[in-house]
Amino acid sequence: MSVLIFIDQAEGHIKKSSLEALTYGAELAVQLGTNAEGIVLGEVKDDLTALGKQGVKKIQHVNNSALNHLDAQVYTKAIAEAVAATGAKVVVFSHNLSGKAIAPRLSAKLKAAMVAGAVGLPNTSGGFVVKKNVFSGKAFANISLNTDIKIISLNPNSFHITNGDGVAEVVSQNFATGVSPKIKVTAVNKVTGEVPLSEAELVVSAGRGLKGPENWGMIEEMAHLLHAATACSRAVADAGWRPHHEHVGQTGLAIAPNLYIAIGISGAIQHLAGVNRSKVIVVINKDPEAPFFKAADYGIVGDAFDVVPKMNAAIKKMKGL
Amino acid sequence: MKILVCISKTPDTTAKIAFTDNNTKFAQDGVQWIINPYDEWYALVRAIELKEKDAGTIIHLVTAGAADAEPIIRKALALGGDEAIRINTDSHDSYYIAAQIAEVAKQGGYDLVFTGKETIDYNGSSIGGMVAELLNLPYVSLATKFELNGTTATITREIEGGEEVCEVSLPVAVSCQKGMAEARIPNMRGIMAARTKPLKVVEPAAIDALTSIVSFELPPAKAGVKLVSPDTPEELVRLLHEEAKII
Ligand SMILES: Cc1cc2nc3c(=O)[nH]c(=O)nc-3n(C[C@H](O)[C@H](O)[C@H](O)COP(=O)(O)OP(=O)(O)OC[C@H]3O[C@@H](n4cnc5c(N)ncnc54)[C@H](O)[C@@H]3O)c2cc1C
Repeated sequence: MSVLIFIDQAEGHIKKSSLEALTYGAELAVQLGTNAEGIVLGEVKDDLTALGKQGVKKIQHVNNSALNHLDAQVYTKAIAEAVAATGAKVVVFSHNLSGKAIAPRLSAKLKAAMVAGAVGLPNTSGGFVVKKNVFSGKAFANISLNTDIKIISLNPNSFHITNGDGVAEVVSQNFATGVSPKIKVTAVNKVTGEVPLSEAELVVSAGRGLKGPENWGMIEEMAHLLHAATACSRAVADAGWRPHHEHVGQTGLAIAPNLYIAIGISGAIQHLAGVNRSKVIVVINKDPEAPFFKAADYGIVGDAFDVVPKMNAAIKKMKGL
Repeated sequence: MKILVCISKTPDTTAKIAFTDNNTKFAQDGVQWIINPYDEWYALVRAIELKEKDAGTIIHLVTAGAADAEPIIRKALALGGDEAIRINTDSHDSYYIAAQIAEVAKQGGYDLVFTGKETIDYNGSSIGGMVAELLNLPYVSLATKFELNGTTATITREIEGGEEVCEVSLPVAVSCQKGMAEARIPNMRGIMAARTKPLKVVEPAAIDALTSIVSFELPPAKAGVKLVSPDTPEELVRLLHEEAKII
């Protein structure tokens, strides 16, 4: 009956989105009256017993360097073996980059019903119904999972991580031994020194209202002061003012941070589609008619070049800097 | 080289999202349908670019949909692509669609299967991975670049906070996103040619969906924006700290 949670690592470190999935899986297990276990593939540097803090009792670890990099085919095989070994009835992933690669494969392999992009725990009164995000954040669908084994991939940033004092038992496993990955990773190019946008809790974003790339200093300063990631509108990325990986929206990255500060962005529907799941939206725009104000929680109708430096000064003061 | 590009029909990005039949169905009245942007701009256009480099390349398009999906698939053919296959079915769930596509793919002997990274209506990001599993192919998801050297593909994919370059031998399934190609618009010649390109209709295989939609709902309306005077930006900082407790 148990719940199995796939725990994702990069360069040996457990991803934050996996801690959300772990907490979710542990709470789901309590709801179902069963146990939660985690599975980690590849070599890790972090202390796996500490994952007990999120409420799981046991971690299955395949300490095999051939699994250090994502090959969805091999990972799926390993997880399917873990499902068989543990008798898991629900498998939880984060709907992050790896989850999007593996969870659908596992669903097809096990013919197990899957919901991609869940935003909460299932409703199990008389069925197994999970709410997910659809229409690019503009609506939700309640999906009934109609098979014995079920797969849930949880939208990043939609579940709070708990930190208890549990210690997990780590069990060494050799699932998928002898299978060699077909995908060979030859280079990893990371944007260093910044908060990755997809995992950021706070995001400072700016649009064409900033007039030119030379004016991003105050945006970067605000992001730095808040430990936030920077983002931008498509118009800005297309103009080459900011790198493409910062582009959020329908055709860019969809994010759901706790705070999204939009500066000089009009709030076109395609932009909103990528950010409307943010918990709090702040809009700074000199046009009171900018559509973004309709989606905002807080706002200032004003000139960014005047407002942003003053906000930065106030943040510095608040933080005692 | 044979490429299969999966094409999905989605509501236009500006379509009003509403539901009927007791919130169990998407309200289609007045909705403009488009090719799912990721399928069109990235998967299909990259396939066309590959064909432009190697004229021997054959591109097949596949869609699972009723007859009303034909304008979309014709538009895709107008961009490029040699022939299209429509699996004559209403959509059920991702697994159902993926299994139908896999049935078609098994008969085609494709070297590459391209999908968009997700549809903008269901946001599942699932079809590519499911098709790959059903065909026992390696799968590179969320690709931003794709280069071919003989039978080896060099693919760049997104990772948290960066990118990763990987190599894989064909055949392979790839889900495509921004970076793969530049969007194009069909030209007159393409539109004319598309009218006579083969569009084959096949009946669906007997496959059971694994999930069902119970209902849709719209997010709760926002309480409305709390405006702060531009003369006191420090007040906004205070509200975010003390009221929203977020910074
Ligand atoms: C199919 C499709 C997909 C798309 N996908 C995306 C997507 O993924 N992401 C995305 O962002 N867009 C997307 N777009 C484009 C989108 O429609 C908008 O064109 C784009 O978001 C506009 O960017 P912007 O708000 O930065 O610029 P603008 O629309 O030019 O807005 C600039 C804003 O800045 C304000 N401003 C100007 N000066 C100042 C100042 N001094 N102080 C304060 N405010 C000021 C203006 O009032 C205005 O509201 C898509 C479009 C289509 C058709």
